[in-house]
Amino acid sequence: MLTEVSQPRPKSFYFLGFFFLLFLAFLYGPMVVIFILSFQGPDGGMSFPMVGHSTLWFQQLLSGTGRIGDIPSAFVRSLEMALLSAALTAAICVSAGMAFRRRFPGSGLLFYTAVSSLVMPSLFVGFGIALGFKELGWKTGLFTSGLGAQLTWTLPFGLMITFATIGRFDRRYEEAATDLGASGWQRFRDVILPIILPGVIGVALFGFTLSYDEFARSSLTVGTANTLPLEIWAMTTAATSPVLFALGTVTTVVSFCVLTAALVTIAVIVRRRAGGRRPATS
Amino acid sequence: MNAPHPLNAPATPLAQAALVRPRYDVELVAVSKSYAGTAAVEAISLRIPKASYCCLLGPSGCGKSTTLRMIAGHEQVSSGDILIGDRNVTDAPPTARGTSMMFQSYALFPHMAAVDNVAYSLKVKGVPKAKRRARAREFLDLVRMGSFAERLPAQMSGGQQQRVALARALITRPQVLLLDEPLSALDPFLRGHMRGELKRLQRELGISFVHVTHSQDEAMALADLVVVMEAGHIQQAASAREIFEKPKTAFVARFIGGHNVISTARGQVAVRADRCRLGSAGSQTSLSGRATNVEYLGPMVRISVAAENGLDAAALIPDELFFAAPVDIGQAVTLIWSERDAHPLSD
Repeated sequence: MLTEVSQPRPKSFYFLGFFFLLFLAFLYGPMVVIFILSFQGPDGGMSFPMVGHSTLWFQQLLSGTGRIGDIPSAFVRSLEMALLSAALTAAICVSAGMAFRRRFPGSGLLFYTAVSSLVMPSLFVGFGIALGFKELGWKTGLFTSGLGAQLTWTLPFGLMITFATIGRFDRRYEEAATDLGASGWQRFRDVILPIILPGVIGVALFGFTLSYDEFARSSLTVGTANTLPLEIWAMTTAATSPVLFALGTVTTVVSFCVLTAALVTIAVIVRRRAGGRRPATS
Repeated sequence: MNAPHPLNAPATPLAQAALVRPRYDVELVAVSKSYAGTAAVEAISLRIPKASYCCLLGPSGCGKSTTLRMIAGHEQVSSGDILIGDRNVTDAPPTARGTSMMFQSYALFPHMAAVDNVAYSLKVKGVPKAKRRARAREFLDLVRMGSFAERLPAQMSGGQQQRVALARALITRPQVLLLDEPLSALDPFLRGHMRGELKRLQRELGISFVHVTHSQDEAMALADLVVVMEAGHIQQAASAREIFEKPKTAFVARFIGGHNVISTARGQVAVRADRCRLGSAGSQTSLSGRATNVEYLGPMVRISVAAENGLDAAALIPDELFFAAPVDIGQAVTLIWSERDAHPLSD
């Protein structure tokens, strides 16, 4: 056993380890820089060095002063949009997942038609939706064309996670419920949904984060009211103060909170189901 | 699909009233099942008398689980009829059949406590919570799991989960309880114990149990009716004793174990290993060969023999008899048996 540890690691280990470090640096480096710069002193600029430190930019952000546009409203809009997307994505994907448990004529074609949305160029999807609305004489809006555009992005992802979740579901639970007299709806409500719930929360989480971050498809479809990413994009071209970094820090914290809440919920469900202790002996 | 069968009693109210008691708990009439042209079960017919313990026995893939699932209604028959208590249930949904199934690995709902698992069939019927939980506790008591009511499945051992699964199946008051490999997930000690428990419940409740297994020991110990299946056919359906003493085919003799299948001038015969002795070829029927293994089993010694004609056989000899004239591995031996112990087999 010990010889295993004392043996020198192969060269590939160091090469791959270095590659992984590089990946981490690219992933978290920029966020760390933005996080630090958001505490820039009052006299500091948009880049290093730090001139003292302060929470001035956060205060400006929260009070809505300091040439930052309508960030608080954009944040609320994005949050509403993300929650709605999460709920719709979960509901639609679970329904589709239930339907796809049995193969039906054209099920393969239908599946690929749905997920091919993942490889479509996002900007053009948004552009096409905006154009379509214009042709039909409708006005583009946040919760009409904007929501639709975002769903073209969240649904395929959600669908694939749902398929994986439902694919793991043991059909015997369902047969047992049938045997005990449960109707189709009772089976779904009492047995299937509670068992696949951790997966469904995962799908909703994907719906939320994909929507909260979405830019390309939203940019031309949300009408006059910007979502947060669009508002931030507008700011980067105009704003010239570290308040932008403060905003970056806040939105990242929000994303992490949502992610943590979802993962904790899943963990609690899984742990409760595992009984919280080892099986007793008879 | 459901050709009327003379055995199928007319289901008019008058005729039903005239039937004092159904003759059989389960009756299969030429039941077949095929998947995409491949037959899993071919035209099997079987009658399970009232309140009997029936074991469907066979190797994996013989169609025994499919048969059970067809009786339960979780699998549609391709042709033939299924009767439960003289009622044709071929097209009835699982709940309308008077059957209840205990699934392999139990399929207890992982998010419900034992008592809620057992109460689930009452819940879907709309029985109020307090009432259904009280009833569920009675059934947990029946399987001696009363003190585990609030435990989740993950907090129970395999044997405990099995008892809960039994209670959950029995609370629906089935006429026939279907058990799919109920003991295979248990360790050998618990298996023996639960075997006794299943038999006790079956006798106490006075209903029929149909139990799928690939273990001949289990079938022999439990069943009033052993149904040996192979490749979608029933090879033999009889009492355990009859199966062991008069196996119909070479397959049954081999599968049930403890038999030597020997080709003779008048066809294949089965000779029980414990009726074989070591001796010298004389007037008696015999088989010569070489001892390939000698196993001491306590009360008996088992001598495996590779016969000169290429056949494998074995003799099961009481220890006293063996040690009076012991043989070693590699030694030339002759199996002898008396003619009346050679049971002729059909092909």
